[in-house]
This record gives sequence, structure tokens and C-alpha cells, in this order.
Amino acid sequence: MILLAELFISFFLVAFVSFGGASAVIPELFRIAVIEHAWMDARTFTELFAIAQAAPGPNVLIVTLIGQHVDGWQGAFWATLGMCLPMSLLVGLLFKHWDKLQHWRGRAAIQLGVAPMAVGLVLASGALIARSAEPGLLGLLLLVLTIAVNLKTKLHPLWLILLGGVLGLTGLL
Amino acid sequence: MPAPQISESVTKSTPTPAALFFGFSRVGLSGFGGVLPWARRLLVETEGWLTAEEFNVLLGLCQFLPGPNVVNLAVAVGVRFCGWYGAVAGALGLMLGPFLIALLLGLLYDKYGELPAIQSMLHGITLVGAGLIIATGLRMGLNVKNRWVYWPFAAAAFVGITLLHWPLPAVMLGGAALTIALSWYRLSQEAKA
Repeated sequence: MILLAELFISFFLVAFVSFGGASAVIPELFRIAVIEHAWMDARTFTELFAIAQAAPGPNVLIVTLIGQHVDGWQGAFWATLGMCLPMSLLVGLLFKHWDKLQHWRGRAAIQLGVAPMAVGLVLASGALIARSAEPGLLGLLLLVLTIAVNLKTKLHPLWLILLGGVLGLTGLL
Repeated sequence: MPAPQISESVTKSTPTPAALFFGFSRVGLSGFGGVLPWARRLLVETEGWLTAEEFNVLLGLCQFLPGPNVVNLAVAVGVRFCGWYGAVAGALGLMLGPFLIALLLGLLYDKYGELPAIQSMLHGITLVGAGLIIATGLRMGLNVKNRWVYWPFAAAAFVGITLLHWPLPAVMLGGAALTIALSWYRLSQEAKA
């Protein structure tokens, strides 16, 4: 009961700073799950991240998996709800006044100002996950290859994930 | 040209809550490595609930708010057509299928996660996943307007979190206060000019 409340409240609070979506706050999710509450070790966190990437659906599934690992389906439910609820309510309320906000300078200022912060956060998330995986030389090559292919081609990301899984099985990364 | 007004445009059809639920279910389950392209396909191309312009405006709203962007989008679309029922139907449709699959994968992981083959496989997927997130960040960075003004803030946030280990909420809120104030000031200057 207390555990479920902790899951809900932790992710409820994270939602308020997750500009750029769940991918942007992975370092904070790590801090909560591994350091603050010691719900899991660093390796488990990284592996749950990998599963979330491979599964269909929004990136917020990393939160579902953390909750599931901590306290089964109920943990998954409360963690996911905590992450999704605050901004869903805000979007619902805000949307009714959206037309009025179109010409408000603050809206444009927020939009322009938040974007670079989201960029910094998302890049930091990617870098920290890559570091926590402790890749060898071939692993680094796979990382760089993924970035290049994803930026330069329209290849579906699922193929890259498949490649990562297969190369991982060889144990060379 | 005036900004597109969401409430006054005409689209092909108006969904019911059930249609929202099933439509967003398809989006959630098709979305490997990114759900947004599928959401656009449903809303603009397949069902015609929104025009392309409306979609961009809505997406802009949902991306500048924190929280899972595509959940925000489902709520915004749902609330527009069917009020709070629609919001719940859209968000629930989007999340239910992926949620159940994640539960199943989580159970399998709890059972078999210690197997060396699974761990090696997940290690490879982690690296690809990190690469995909970095690529997303770079793409977002290229889309930032007035990049020479704003990129230093992105760089500072990156360094603060990865190297200096500053707490992320403080970096985000402090940094956003500065960048929003800066863009407010720049917009005021433009308005005067």
C-alpha cells in the first residue's frame, strides 16, 4: 500500500519536469528507482530500459516496467497513472482556452524557451544510458551506427533494435 | 496569415468515444520506437479527424508541455471531440495494449532475466536504444529556432546533468526560467521593431 503510494507520488512529481517526454527524464527515473528507493540495481534499470525500447507503445512504458518490477501489475498501474495523469488533466483544462492563448506572447516564449532545455535533457538521457551499459569498442561502433542510420535514413528503428539484440547475443559488444 | 483556429475548421468526420478508443489502440500497438508518426497517420490521413495544420498546432501544444507527448495528444484530441469521456477513451486506448504487453514482458524478465543469453541480448538493445534517443535529441536540436542563442542552454543542461550530476528537476526548472525569460525579451524586442 505504502509502496504503491510511493510509486504514484514519485512519478507524479517527475511528470512536471518531463519536458520532452519520458525519454528526457531517464536520469531522474534512475535516481528515483536505483538511488533514492533502491528498488533495483543499475543493471536491472538498464535492462528494463532496453525492454521498453523493444516493446510497442509510447516511451512512458519504462515507467510501467519499473512499477511492474517493484510491485506487480498494481505497481505498474499506479506508476503509469502517476506519470500520465498530471499533464493529461492540464492538457484537458488548457485546451478549452487554447484559442485564447494563440496570440499570447507567453505561449510563444514558453515554446521557444522549453525546446533547448528538452534537447539538453534528451541528449543527457541517451549519454547516461550509453555510459551505464559500459560498451566495448564494438558497442560504441553500434551506438554511432544507430545514431547515423536513424538520422540519415528512413529505416524503421525496429530493424536497429533487432540488430542490437542479435549482435548482443554474440557477446562481442 | 492568421493562426489556424482549432474550433472553427471543418474536418471530414467526428469520432465517438468508442472510435477514439479503437483508433488510438491501433496507434499504441503499431508504435515501435516512436508513436507520433502513427498518430499523425490515424488523425490526418486515415480518419481525417484533423487537418494537417490542426495536427501541427495540437502537437505543438503537447510537445511544449511536460509529460508523455503522445498521451497528451490523445487527451487533447479526445477532449476536443467528446469532452472528458473522449479524453479518457483516447488515452486509455493508447495505453491499454502497450501496458498489457509491458506487463507480460516484465513478468518474463522477472522469470528469465538472469539467463546470460537474455542479458547479452538486452545489452545490445540498450546501446541501440541509447543511440535512438541521442538521434532524437540531435534532431530536436536541429529544429530549435535561433540555434546560436539557444544551443548554449542545451549544452549547459547536458553538462550539468551528465558531468556535474546536478539534480535534473533543478536544471530543467532553473534553465527553463532563464530561456523563457530570454525568449520573452526577444519577442518583446521584435514586437517593438
